[in-house]
Amino acid sequence: MNSLADQLLVLVMLINFVVLGSSRLAFCIQAVAAQGVILGLLPGIIHPFSWHLAGITACILLAKGLIIPWLINDATRKAQIKREVEPFVGYVTTLLLGAVFTAMAFVFAERLPLAPAHKDLLVVPASIATLLTGFLVLTTRRKAISQVIGYLVLENGIFIFGLLLTEAMPVMVEAGVLLDLLVGIFVMGIVINQISHEFSTIDTSLLSALKEES
Amino acid sequence: MAAIVDMVVHLLLVILMPPLLLGVIGKTKALFAGRVGAPFLQPYHDIIRLFRKGSVFSRTTTWLFRAGPVVTLAATATAALLIPFGNHEAPVSFAGDAILFAYLFGLGRFFTTVAALDTGSSFEGMGAAREVTFSCLAEPALFFALVTLARVSDSLSLSTMLTRVSADIWIGEGASMLLLLSGLFIVLLSENCRIPFDDPNTHLELTMIHEVMVLDHSGPAFGCILYGAAMKLFLLGAFFMNVALPFKSGSAAGDWAFFIFSMIALAVAVGVVESVMARLRLVRIPQLLVAATVLTAFSMLLILR
Repeated sequence: MNSLADQLLVLVMLINFVVLGSSRLAFCIQAVAAQGVILGLLPGIIHPFSWHLAGITACILLAKGLIIPWLINDATRKAQIKREVEPFVGYVTTLLLGAVFTAMAFVFAERLPLAPAHKDLLVVPASIATLLTGFLVLTTRRKAISQVIGYLVLENGIFIFGLLLTEAMPVMVEAGVLLDLLVGIFVMGIVINQISHEFSTIDTSLLSALKEES
Repeated sequence: MAAIVDMVVHLLLVILMPPLLLGVIGKTKALFAGRVGAPFLQPYHDIIRLFRKGSVFSRTTTWLFRAGPVVTLAATATAALLIPFGNHEAPVSFAGDAILFAYLFGLGRFFTTVAALDTGSSFEGMGAAREVTFSCLAEPALFFALVTLARVSDSLSLSTMLTRVSADIWIGEGASMLLLLSGLFIVLLSENCRIPFDDPNTHLELTMIHEVMVLDHSGPAFGCILYGAAMKLFLLGAFFMNVALPFKSGSAAGDWAFFIFSMIALAVAVGVVESVMARLRLVRIPQLLVAATVLTAFSMLLILR
């Protein structure tokens, strides 16, 4: 592992903060796409070249950099929303919470019983920090599209953890995960459209008001 | 002998150079706007003209109002002794002087705000409230940056802290240095009331921060304020450029020349930022300052690891 990979992981963690702090959805989507592209490039930097690796890299770049952002953008355009207006928790607070979570991720990673080869890398703290950021976005935002973005960040965190295992992981598993993600986003896009079509808003907190008539 | 020459050059630069930065910023902005702009030396003429004028003091004010500009200028000038320029050590340095450096500006700000409150004007009170709020948000960012630099250089004194930053550190810890630098740049702009935080040229009380606090000062007192503000920009700029461009030419004269060049480059950079950005809405300012804090805290985290 070299320091270039570490610098890229720092960039990934910075993008977490961008996602936490910005209210413009289009900007968030671009940020997540950039994060996906960086993550797609990482396996190629860490591990020696093989066709298996090249295949995975190409698939990830295509899925995370192009198809998924396009799908979400499409959903935003159809639902006609530009920004997350009223999150449950304000932007400054989530930004600070994100910083605290990142610090905690570093502390936690120190305590994990990792293989000696993985001890000094940024991979594990970056993975935990990204996971927690995903959770934070998922739980604090109101709009369904912001939640999809949170879900993507969460998945990126899991993917970073998987970086340590890329060589041990068969192509089929990787492809399966990517396909799942793609289908998940696709379905969410349709659901978002349906929600905005039915209720003229995609505020998910309103869904809890749906009850059977007693 | 060389030490004495360095000290004299240091003092001369502190006394003579600050208003030039304002001139360069003004000229850059004028070029961006397609105007000719005021000459580079205009800020000097402004300050000299103010010092020749008489002062008017309101009958409701006390000694605090008169002390404000003087104490602010004195605190800034004292801070100037603590900071190294380029590769030359500061005239005064001891372990922990970084904290004194930060709080000398705090003292200056305290007296500016107290003088503003002393006038009893509601506008000035509002400006004082804003100034204090934003500076207390910018302070953690500055201190995270200081801790990071202290860790990188294994020293608590500004002279060693800033002169030890080298190209090697930049190569080894590039990411965290870059985070540190972007956080510091935000602090530099906010502490000196530049766009996007505050517009130094606006004269609409509702939107200004620093400018509104000094509305009642006139003549030499206002000259002190202008000069002190220029000096503060110069000092924080020197702090920033020491981290940003750790270039060592080898000879003393070369280092001084490079330092002067880098300060002018910084002034041009600030001018460019001011030309391409609009002032932020007031509610967005805390967000940007918190972002600066997060950036510097993150860089500290990476260095401590």
